[in-house]
Amino acid sequence: MNETVSWRKKSRFAETWRQLKKNKVAVICLFVIIAVVLIAIFAPVIAPYSYEKQDYSSVYAPPSAEHLLGTDGLGRDILSRLIYGAGQSLQLGVISTAIASVIGIIIGSIAGYYGGWKDNLIMRFFDIYQSIPMFLLCVTLAAVMGPSLNNATLAIGIGMIPGPARMMRASILSIREMDYVESAKAINAHSSHIIRKYIVPNAIAPLIVYVTMSIGMNVLAGGALSFIGLGAQPPVPEWGAMVSDARNIMRDHGTLALYPGICIMIVVLAFNLLGDGLRDALDPRLKN
Amino acid sequence: MLRFIIKRLLLVIPTLLGITIVVQLFIVITPGDPARLLAGNQVSEEEVEELREEMGLNDPFLVRYGNYMKNLLSGNFGTSYRTKSSVLTEMLNRFPYTLLLVCISMLLAVVIGIPLGIYAATHQYSWKDNAAIFGSLFCVSMPSFWFALMLIQALCVKLKILPVAGVDNWKGWILPCFTNALAYAASIARQMRSNLLEVIRQDFISTARAKGQTENKVLYKHALQNAVIPIIMTIGSIFGFALGGSLITEVIFGIPGLGSYTITALMARDYPVIQTSVLFLSTVFCIMLLLTDVAFAIVDPRIRAQYVRRAKKPEKKEPERSVA
Repeated sequence: MNETVSWRKKSRFAETWRQLKKNKVAVICLFVIIAVVLIAIFAPVIAPYSYEKQDYSSVYAPPSAEHLLGTDGLGRDILSRLIYGAGQSLQLGVISTAIASVIGIIIGSIAGYYGGWKDNLIMRFFDIYQSIPMFLLCVTLAAVMGPSLNNATLAIGIGMIPGPARMMRASILSIREMDYVESAKAINAHSSHIIRKYIVPNAIAPLIVYVTMSIGMNVLAGGALSFIGLGAQPPVPEWGAMVSDARNIMRDHGTLALYPGICIMIVVLAFNLLGDGLRDALDPRLKN
Repeated sequence: MLRFIIKRLLLVIPTLLGITIVVQLFIVITPGDPARLLAGNQVSEEEVEELREEMGLNDPFLVRYGNYMKNLLSGNFGTSYRTKSSVLTEMLNRFPYTLLLVCISMLLAVVIGIPLGIYAATHQYSWKDNAAIFGSLFCVSMPSFWFALMLIQALCVKLKILPVAGVDNWKGWILPCFTNALAYAASIARQMRSNLLEVIRQDFISTARAKGQTENKVLYKHALQNAVIPIIMTIGSIFGFALGGSLITEVIFGIPGLGSYTITALMARDYPVIQTSVLFLSTVFCIMLLLTDVAFAIVDPRIRAQYVRRAKKPEKKEPERSVA
């Protein structure tokens, strides 16, 4: 009975999940990420205080039962600000990656499918684009658009377009030459069928890994933008901006800068490790 | 070889031209009024309008770009809106700091990263490998601005062994270079490890072992030479990250380099400075990419052969830009 079931072709998602489950670190990271997303969504419910509630009677309070991580210079609860900050930092990472990936994949596909002068034009443009150091590009874009969280997100998204675009183009170019595409053509398969059944599934695997890791990178870049004052504007808490706020009072209250940095690190580490795990899980050579 | 270098050098020119267009476009299409910022709030609208006219802010894109290029080609990089000083002199005064910071950081990254990667690869599946890999992943995932602040707090404020800011003597350079290098060292180590592991599985290594070569020679002569070559490409692209990273590092450590100059200019919408510094930093990056391409061609005999004997039309592979 079981044997007949096992002949059924497993879906790609189930197969990947089965592989990923073997990697304990990756599973833990996945749970960390889910937890952070949930915290970000339900921040108003979870957080003990509002992020802007000021309490001048307890400024720079040490950790206590009332304020688990203490308070900052305006008497605001650090823990609540960290909880609200999760949403801002995730937005910087996830939305910017989404912008970069969608635009990048479309441009990369056009370059890869059509080739010729279109490919040449796009690639020469990216050569120019990428000769500007990436972070400099993001900072410049964010600064000329004006400092705000949405502009910073957009700036990082635009700055990161070449990565997924080049990747998509490269995989399409190599997949086009594969024997299985040729054999599909030989049996007169429709080109939309070839794209759906052969090119997209094979091109998507490296992209999933890339996107996962680039969310982490973008959280870092977003934190850095907020740190220099180009991201989230006060009083909205964002982890990078919180480090920046704590910078001037570090001599006396060093721990204030500690927590948001650790939060950024945990999230970025989780995305990087999950990306590593996904790469192994999606690698057909490691299938057994 | 010379032909390759000249060809590659000529490619830099359209790239730089493209950068000037892109930067000018950014500035034209984005909101914000430098004339108002410059004049302050007390000045009447008419006077600001006059200032705008004088600064050429009312001209259409092509006119502005044309003027900019005309000045650029005659060696005039403009004057800062804010300080009224020549941008070029300022840049040249500040550039040595940035160059020193980035070069020492890159050197540190290579010196730490490559041996660490080799060590991890030669101890695969042991706890040493796991520790090296996890440690480097940790460094990649850490916000460097935060780590810099933590180190300042620990080493400069608490222990008082290093100066907090300023680069008056060599001690001041230690922390900025180290914090700027750490993430790049980690990504070089990760790549070095995976390269070496890949090379070790190839046939020519089995051949070397089969003919009775000592393991050390197999590793350091045969395998390493092949594993190190792709690292050169990585170093080129990481150089760009390091240039960008210097923006933040310089602000944190109070280094009077190009990065802090650029950040100040960006906040004040000092367009001549922004344009010139983006162009300047990109030029430096382009030169670095050119050098890595040439180094790549010199080191890798397969690529060198394409340019020395031009029997076949060389098919230049698209260099992969790695994500740190």
